[in-house]
Amino acid sequence: MAAFIARRLMFMVVVLFGVSILMFSILMSFSPERRAAAFVRTPQQVKEIPNLVKKYGLDKPFYIQYVNWIKQISQGNFGYSTVAASPTLDAIKKYFPTTIELNLFSLPIIITLGIWLGTVAGIHRDTFIDHTTRIVAIIGWSLPTFLFALILLMIFYSQFQLFPPEIISNHIDDFISNNPDKFIQYTGMYVIDGLLNGNFEVVFDALKHLVLPVVTQVTVVIAILVRVMRSSMLEEISKDYIITAKAKGVDTHTINHKHAKKNALLPAITVAGWLVALSIEGSVAVEFIFNRAGLGLLLVKAATQLDIPVVLAISILLGLIYVVANLIIDVLYAVIDPRIRLN
Amino acid sequence: METKTEHPKLKEIKFTLYRIFRNPSAIIGIILLLAFTFVAIFAPLIAPPKYKHRPYMMPHKGYSMTPKAPNKDHVFGTTSGQYDIFYGVVWGTRSAFKVGIIVVITAFVIGASLGIIAGYYGGWIDEIIMRVVDVFFAVPFTILAMAFVVRFGRGLDQIMIALTLVVWRRYARVMRAGVLSVRNEDYILAAKSMGVTDIGIMLRHVFPNAVYPVMVIAFMDAGSIVITAAFLSFIGLGAPIGYADWGQMLAMARNYIVGPAGEPLKFWYTIFFPGTAMILFVLAWNLFGDAIRDAFDPKLRRK
Repeated sequence: MAAFIARRLMFMVVVLFGVSILMFSILMSFSPERRAAAFVRTPQQVKEIPNLVKKYGLDKPFYIQYVNWIKQISQGNFGYSTVAASPTLDAIKKYFPTTIELNLFSLPIIITLGIWLGTVAGIHRDTFIDHTTRIVAIIGWSLPTFLFALILLMIFYSQFQLFPPEIISNHIDDFISNNPDKFIQYTGMYVIDGLLNGNFEVVFDALKHLVLPVVTQVTVVIAILVRVMRSSMLEEISKDYIITAKAKGVDTHTINHKHAKKNALLPAITVAGWLVALSIEGSVAVEFIFNRAGLGLLLVKAATQLDIPVVLAISILLGLIYVVANLIIDVLYAVIDPRIRLN
Repeated sequence: METKTEHPKLKEIKFTLYRIFRNPSAIIGIILLLAFTFVAIFAPLIAPPKYKHRPYMMPHKGYSMTPKAPNKDHVFGTTSGQYDIFYGVVWGTRSAFKVGIIVVITAFVIGASLGIIAGYYGGWIDEIIMRVVDVFFAVPFTILAMAFVVRFGRGLDQIMIALTLVVWRRYARVMRAGVLSVRNEDYILAAKSMGVTDIGIMLRHVFPNAVYPVMVIAFMDAGSIVITAAFLSFIGLGAPIGYADWGQMLAMARNYIVGPAGEPLKFWYTIFFPGTAMILFVLAWNLFGDAIRDAFDPKLRRK
């Protein structure tokens, strides 16, 4: 097991090194003057760009600049963000909790609901519930996230005025920024901070703002899990050990949920990495449409205004999260299924 | 007595077609695709361009920001900026095909070639190519595409380049897996012993036998890539303003999802028409790709 984890860790380091080279190449393809602009903070400094090029060694060969860049990054210096008007790292720290909060709510729902729907669809093959699940999955698969979010906003915000966009209502936001002593922002996530401060008005308001984003996220991401769970359930049910169990007179519910489901979960774990990727991408679209100040919104703003340091920093960060998530999933899979680690 | 024997290849094709066409969702997919193809081909007749030299630019009368409801002159109404929605949806079909097909074909050529080379030669060539693929896989699709778009700048062509640079990774990986499963087959050895060159073996023997899984993904991608491209256009990285592109039309409609007091859904048509077109387009490719997979899947094929 230790050897397996060590091998996977090595692999992760190699991949991350590659990602850093890839991102740095994107950065390097801009002219030195253009890159120097990332260090400019005031209009007066524009004249000093040639000096900046010298000062930061932006005209040196690729590998020297790469080493400098990695040194900077490892000290947490990702350059200055023009969009956020602050150092990139500070901006990321500020926007990250919102993204975490969204996925903290959507991921558990996706996993439990997805496994449940897939299992039920597999057991009741070709019945009404199976067809419904299938149609929902195909719609979730074909529907662009941003379009679905727009439609939800039109119906539930515009028509019924139920669930507003953004993270929190204005009067609550004012209350929070005016009373830093009464409302302490421990995590930056409003629901959790509200609970920690015992302020249920904030909790309720934040939850109201979370409903549509979570619904969007779940609908779009869940499709793949339902499909895999269904087909793997179908495969398990037709296996010999199920027939044995039936012959022994075990009741159907136990067979389906105790025997088949457990084994059907194994292939479902292989799409877990995919779920993470879809969740990350979904967050970008969801945050942009619902105007939630998270990493996704920051990324979109940075990309449209060509704020290169932010785009690269977020790409690296999300890549890191994705790679680490995949590592955890692989290890988990190897723990559950010994055949994997022996290979 | 003369017995009619069909050529085995013809028989296979017939059987495949039979498998595709007995699936109702496949028929829906094919009908939808044909309808879109028809619209794309006959776009100049369905919606005659106002500017002959640049037909992709949507005609607009005036600059009023408020959309106008469907009427005699504009069957689907006009969106913000008075762009004709009907014209945009029709010519947007062409843009969608253009993006989907060009990106998929280019990425297919790059990914499949690298996948074949990696799988066929193995060793350090395989190692290098596949580690590069892993690196490209380490960043989620949309995020990596956005990083590339930032490099190449705004525009539809730039989006297509950026998407190609991301999409190829999956083709390379799937193609290599397919090649590995056929590489040691007897017919490859036979070809080798007969002195067929490596390139000849790769093209004539390995490629046709390993390509189906990649093809299935490619068909589905032709739809899903349009979504990503539309999203990039939607956030303002894609097509120039006024270009017939569904993503951009949705972006124009974004500020009008909330109508005036009393009529909250007044501007429904600004979202409805381009949105429906996009959903049906993606659905068509997905249904079609699904049917192709069922038809070619050897596990499901002979039962």
